[in-house]
Amino acid sequence: MLKWFSRKRSAESAKERLQFVLIHDRTDLTPAELEALKDDLLAVISRYVEIEADAVQIDVERDGRSQRLVADIPLRSKARHRGG
Amino acid sequence: MGAQVVTITSGKGGVGKTTAVANLAVALAADGAKVVCIDGDIGLRNLDVVMGLENRIVYDLVDVIEGRCRLRQAMIRDKRMPELFLIPAAQTRDKSAVSPSDMVRLCNELRGEVDWVLIDSPAGIERGFKNSIAAADRVLVITNPEVSAVRDADRVIGILEAEEKGTPALILNRLNPSMVRQHDMLSADDVLDLLAIKLIGVVPEDESVIVGTNRGNPVALDPKSRAGQAFRNIARRMKGEEVPFLDLDAGGGLWARISKLGRK
Repeated sequence: MLKWFSRKRSAESAKERLQFVLIHDRTDLTPAELEALKDDLLAVISRYVEIEADAVQIDVERDGRSQRLVADIPLRSKARHRGG
Repeated sequence: MGAQVVTITSGKGGVGKTTAVANLAVALAADGAKVVCIDGDIGLRNLDVVMGLENRIVYDLVDVIEGRCRLRQAMIRDKRMPELFLIPAAQTRDKSAVSPSDMVRLCNELRGEVDWVLIDSPAGIERGFKNSIAAADRVLVITNPEVSAVRDADRVIGILEAEEKGTPALILNRLNPSMVRQHDMLSADDVLDLLAIKLIGVVPEDESVIVGTNRGNPVALDPKSRAGQAFRNIARRMKGEEVPFLDLDAGGGLWARISKLGRK
């Protein structure tokens, strides 16, 4: 009984692992390429605004048979210098 | 109206393409349709033994295409049903003997003669697969509820979409309901969620398939076989009939949910 609760059932592992490989198969992006893409994306954005690097989330999400790159990139708020 | 050309393919080998073609052909013919099935697996002929017609072969697909015989001569009549025919694969090693345009020409010739042309695709995504889908009006992708088969099915679905063959329908073969209940096998819901295509049938794992294949008698002819019933239902859905999905899991609400998905 304990074993039953402690072990993730194998169907769940199968599904999670498939979700992962299908995203990379469908986009033709390796996990390493996806990481590089994220780094480049953040580097470009950082040239213009300051971002909350720790809170950034960039992921490929599935929507039926299509994929989308979803990025949530919080910007660091800046106390505006007020003149006068 | 001409025949419908339907190709069954899978990417991965051994998931049940040939068994499905034999059973769907037999089920459609038993219902009065005129059916020709074509073994598209050049060099690895198998549909003949699964259908129990191996000792009747004189000519094959390559003989027709290369003009060594007339189409009629390569159509082997089934021993049980007079309106069911098989065009066997050649056992040559030269897979380039057939081209996609050869298949289109052959199927166009058959369209006027029969109601259904079922093509058994080879595994893989190479030439033989391309030949098999070239003439298809409709493609059925068959898979098993396991990681390698589902991954390859997804790959094939992607290629079919890229080649503008439309989104295929899915046959989920060899589902073991008790393993699904124990969460040790992907469920039909799981596979549909991953592949995101329409389901046309779920075939339970069933020893009668092996027994039937041993004898060259497709189980769709056996009224007691669960898998046979599942194949007969798929054949009816191919004709456009609304057929409820089998209640493979007597205990749960899972199958009610799948039936709803299928009806969409």
